[in-house]
Amino acid sequence: MASFIQLLVSGLATGAIYALIAVGFTLLWQTSQTINFAQGEFVMLPAFFVLAAMNAGAPFWLSALIGIALSIVILGMLFKLVIVDPMHKHGVLPLVISTIALSLFLKEGAKDFYSSQAQPFPALVPATDIHIFDAVVSTQSLAVLAVAIATVVVLNLLLNKTRLGRQMQATAQNPTLARILGISVRRMVLYTFLLNAVLVAIASILVSPIYLVKFTNGETLGIAAFIAAIIGGFNQVRGAILGGIILGVLDNLSAAYISSQYRGAFPLIILIAVILLRPQGLLGRIEERTV
Amino acid sequence: MLRSGLFAPVIVAGLSLASPVLAQSTVYIPAILELSGAGAVSGTNFRDGMLLAIDEINAKGGILGKKIDTPLLDTQSEAGTSRAQVQKVLDNKPYVVLGPVFSGSVLVDMLLTQQAEVPEIVGGEAAAITQKHNPYVFRTSFGQQFSMPKIGNYMRDGVKAKTVAVLWVNNDFGKGGRDTFVKEMNSRDIKVVADISTESGQADFSADVVKLKAANADAIFVYLNEEESARFLREAKKQGINKPLIGETTLLGQKVIDLAGEAANGVRGHVGLTVDAPIPAVQEFAARFKKRFNYACDHNGIKGYTAVYFIKHVTEKIGKFDSKAFAQAAHGITITPKDEPGILMEATWDNNGDIDRISFLGEVVDGKQKIVETLPKLGK
Repeated sequence: MASFIQLLVSGLATGAIYALIAVGFTLLWQTSQTINFAQGEFVMLPAFFVLAAMNAGAPFWLSALIGIALSIVILGMLFKLVIVDPMHKHGVLPLVISTIALSLFLKEGAKDFYSSQAQPFPALVPATDIHIFDAVVSTQSLAVLAVAIATVVVLNLLLNKTRLGRQMQATAQNPTLARILGISVRRMVLYTFLLNAVLVAIASILVSPIYLVKFTNGETLGIAAFIAAIIGGFNQVRGAILGGIILGVLDNLSAAYISSQYRGAFPLIILIAVILLRPQGLLGRIEERTV
Repeated sequence: MLRSGLFAPVIVAGLSLASPVLAQSTVYIPAILELSGAGAVSGTNFRDGMLLAIDEINAKGGILGKKIDTPLLDTQSEAGTSRAQVQKVLDNKPYVVLGPVFSGSVLVDMLLTQQAEVPEIVGGEAAAITQKHNPYVFRTSFGQQFSMPKIGNYMRDGVKAKTVAVLWVNNDFGKGGRDTFVKEMNSRDIKVVADISTESGQADFSADVVKLKAANADAIFVYLNEEESARFLREAKKQGINKPLIGETTLLGQKVIDLAGEAANGVRGHVGLTVDAPIPAVQEFAARFKKRFNYACDHNGIKGYTAVYFIKHVTEKIGKFDSKAFAQAAHGITITPKDEPGILMEATWDNNGDIDRISFLGEVVDGKQKIVETLPKLGK
């Protein structure tokens, strides 16, 4: 039981990070039909921004804010203006290929400008233990979980309880109607990209103490979040959150109780099952398109 | 930040293509190394140690009057890429090939160099490398069949463990180490109560640590690559593992200590090569390395450095650039620092290409590796 609680908390912490990245996937898809295959590299890069700021002498908290700010400008605004806007009018496929190219560029760029070697990254809180029902739970896992949950709550409040959020949702559901109602669709789409940049930057700060900062980190994170978004439902934020949590917990429990050698296969088995039995995802809705 | 060391060999390589006169005054010794991917820490350390030795030798006139020309080729830590790179350099008829470090890459490359009858000086430690009776492969560090008996003795006599858990990386290096370790434990009546494999490049070790805690062994033997070692140590600290964590060279390496931070303190084990060895020549090398590359060298840096001086000494002994004669002369050779100061410590290569020399027992104290005992050569 003690082991199960530890695995559950650890899995929830990892899953919450996957969820943040997966939510970014769904937001971009809903508002601009952008599938960003550089999303994993978007999580890898902010940690390098933070490290660069720390190397320049800034304290961690300030470096984290600088990392988030740079992410908003580079991974949000510039990404939309330089990559998405010019490619979007040519359809989904050229945009997908562009994001694949961008992922390679970011990965190799981080390697060349910083280092091919992993770098340590400070944890949010010191490593101490909390005892819950005989289980020793790490405060670092709890801190990751708490920050991720707080981020999701704030995101939900923004989307559901504010005028801006409702405008963004209207844009996602029917951009033509939103435009008729006087909503600036271009601006709402831009806000979504900025929101995605904030989410990946937070995910980067949460995951880097565990993964260490390395140019290849985006490979596993991007795939995990993509699978999470499909499992939960690519067109639903709550689906992406559920998908991320399922993936994180499943990964830990399967590695501990079934087989650590085949741990990478279990998410794919779930993915195949979802595609066969519920193609829209666990919480997704069926979309019909005219062809 | 790591680029400065790359320019010299690249310029030499470029000039050698452009100038036939210069080409005749150089000897072609390419290096196939893990410069990116999971093995980047190992490969870049090996590269920088090697570059230091090459510059020192070239500054003194080279080997038999020829400067060393060493282009660098990246395996990306993939065995397939490594094989393609070796195939590429073999077309240019190298005298000797340096690297790679990952055992999986060595095991596929060494077949090609054997066919071409070109000696290959490798950094791989998997026991299988020198058990294939390939007369062209040579190590510059212990194979697992040399290091694991020392770990076995330490587990029995130093740690006094009756039960152990082993955590290993599922590649040729890790599998070879795990198999040899388990054999050594069985021969000493130490029970292996948990046998956990992990993946190369694995980031999340929480499930593995939970399993290790549940096993409740007297000691835990950790046999992973550098970055995975650091991630594991961080997770072990996070989950409060209080059993002795024992490693073999890598776990006590400075890069692992730097990445793991406080989590590395208390780690113990056998160290085949270390810049903290109580040997003045090794410490002087470490200081030169740090001054040139601005980071602390690990055991792979020593492998790269001594590999080049090994080539120099054997070549000067045979008096010509003859790959076959090199391979024959290198078997059974003993090189002392008196004969060749760059070899740093007396070393003997046996008929399989395995190296034997003194080694150490170490412990991580306050973020630094501390050597607590020097172990003699196995052959003594």
